[in-house]
Amino acid sequence: MDPFERLPLPEPESSDAEALAPEGGNAVSDGGFLRNMFHVFAENKLAVISAVFLIFIVVFCFLGPDLYVTNQTNTQDALLNSTQNSPPSSAHWLGTDESGFDVLGRLMYGGQISLIVGFFAALVATVIGVAYGALSGFFGGWFDAALMRFVDIGLSIPVLFLLIALVTIYRPTATMLIVVIAAVSWLVPARLIRAETLTLRTREYVQAVRVMGGTRKRIIGRHIVPNSVGTIVVFATFDVADSILLLAALGFLGLGVPAPQTDWGTMLSNGVNYASNGYWWEIYPVGLCIVLVVVALNYIGDALRDSLEVRLQRR
Amino acid sequence: MLGYLLRRLGQAIIVILGVTLIVFVLSQLIPGGQARAALGPKATQSQISHFNILNGFNQPLWVQYWHYILGLLRGDLGYSYRNNQGVTALIINRLPKTVVLVGVSTLLALVIAIPLGMAQAVRRNHVFDYSMTAVSFVLYAMPAFLIGELLILFFAFTLHWFPSQPPSDASAWAVFTNPRAFVLPVVALAALTVAGFSRYMRSSVLDTLTEDYIRTAKAKGGSPRRVLYGHAFRNALLPILTLLGLTLPAIVGGALIVEDVFNYPGMGLLTVQSASNDDIPLVLGTTLIATIATVVGSLLADVLYAAADPRIRLGGDD
Repeated sequence: MDPFERLPLPEPESSDAEALAPEGGNAVSDGGFLRNMFHVFAENKLAVISAVFLIFIVVFCFLGPDLYVTNQTNTQDALLNSTQNSPPSSAHWLGTDESGFDVLGRLMYGGQISLIVGFFAALVATVIGVAYGALSGFFGGWFDAALMRFVDIGLSIPVLFLLIALVTIYRPTATMLIVVIAAVSWLVPARLIRAETLTLRTREYVQAVRVMGGTRKRIIGRHIVPNSVGTIVVFATFDVADSILLLAALGFLGLGVPAPQTDWGTMLSNGVNYASNGYWWEIYPVGLCIVLVVVALNYIGDALRDSLEVRLQRR
Repeated sequence: MLGYLLRRLGQAIIVILGVTLIVFVLSQLIPGGQARAALGPKATQSQISHFNILNGFNQPLWVQYWHYILGLLRGDLGYSYRNNQGVTALIINRLPKTVVLVGVSTLLALVIAIPLGMAQAVRRNHVFDYSMTAVSFVLYAMPAFLIGELLILFFAFTLHWFPSQPPSDASAWAVFTNPRAFVLPVVALAALTVAGFSRYMRSSVLDTLTEDYIRTAKAKGGSPRRVLYGHAFRNALLPILTLLGLTLPAIVGGALIVEDVFNYPGMGLLTVQSASNDDIPLVLGTTLIATIATVVGSLLADVLYAAADPRIRLGGDD
């Protein structure tokens, strides 16, 4: 797109409102922008369906265990009190797995880990990436060159190899998995935000702040990062999906959270050991969960991009 | 062109050096150090310090890094204590298998994606375009292991068309001599990239069709076929080469999963197996080699791009 066509976002009543509002206060005061954003999002039927589905999955995973009570932590009880690999029945709606755990209950229990790790890994990666990219782009020069060469180097390592190396060095607990997945996925937002910063820092209103004696901290924190919020939110949404997939891949390779904890990838990995036995309930439900959650997040990310990138809309 | 190539080569060397530094730092992060990793948790303090002196791990870090680089230049990637064997020896007969898997499936993906993307661009917003777009979205969201497992369930267990895994003692070239055994892994890996490539090709052709020289060609009376193949096709193809270089790390990562699913004895399977054995030197070795292979692959893609695009071939700067 021609950069000259991109009009800068107007800073709403910045002159007097800024004097009254506390630091970081009035960024969301413009109801018109949010309402407009919501309308564009709501027009996208697929995204609305996806959002509803995602809320359903979150409720299913976090509140479901209160309604559908199953034993998911005591390995001995599971082996003693139920048959292994039994097909769906009234006692076990989706059957049991190789250890005698109830599969439907396990979907919720494993889903909690997958969703928590996916969400927080994306959050950490986004925060680090935004800070790194904004600093790099704002200061420029050799500082920027050095920081970006490091990103190039990091991006040239195939993610899964790096991830496996990190997981082998640090034992995979849920917290460790968040750190490790974030450690391999902050590079892309760093690059995105740096590019955004490069275009933003030459804008008139940023130069105006500079002329008025605004500190660097203020320019980055109050003008450059808030104006990149569209890019940031869209990236973060896609990255939750990617993090859930990375965790699923690790789980599938047998490097997920240790038993009796589980995640969707680990469940799938255990299930496919019985692929030739026809134990479909150990493969398809969890496979479907992974794919649908990832597809839903991608649709939501697409819709958010449409509704947040105000510059792409006809106004 | 020579200047461009030299600059690109220099970049690749810097990236590889940087990766060796990262891998070296990772090897320092092992809890308890290399000695604990090698000798196990029961080793006494004197055994550990003896091991450290023997292997030079008591020296300053920059000396250790220097020795590590010298070792790499001699082709020494370290020692796998679990296997009692050098890492290089363990990797060396696995690497060609992964290269062949990645190469053949990427070629297959391109052969499918390029005509597909063009057909979609030409018939854009028709039923064919919409249905192919839907298919590629589904493929896009499918994780590699799920594609692989579904292929196995359907084509190996239900239809019995292809074996669920290639023979484990097969050589790297068996993919050409015994193609039936390799159909599923190659298709699984190709399915990962074909969606992205065809989407990109579609938009690349659409972009190219709006160029001035296309309008000129049409105005001069060129038939639609001639305009498409003679003028648009080659120019639309160029961005795919760039995309190929950028996608390569993801393809190599996908190969790791596919190798695990199909028990295909390449670098990826070696990495997964050594990870579950806590064989950290071997994991770091395969990571480094996979990265170097990726960087070299991207370099080749860029060289091809330069050779294909006269704007780079003849121009002074990029």
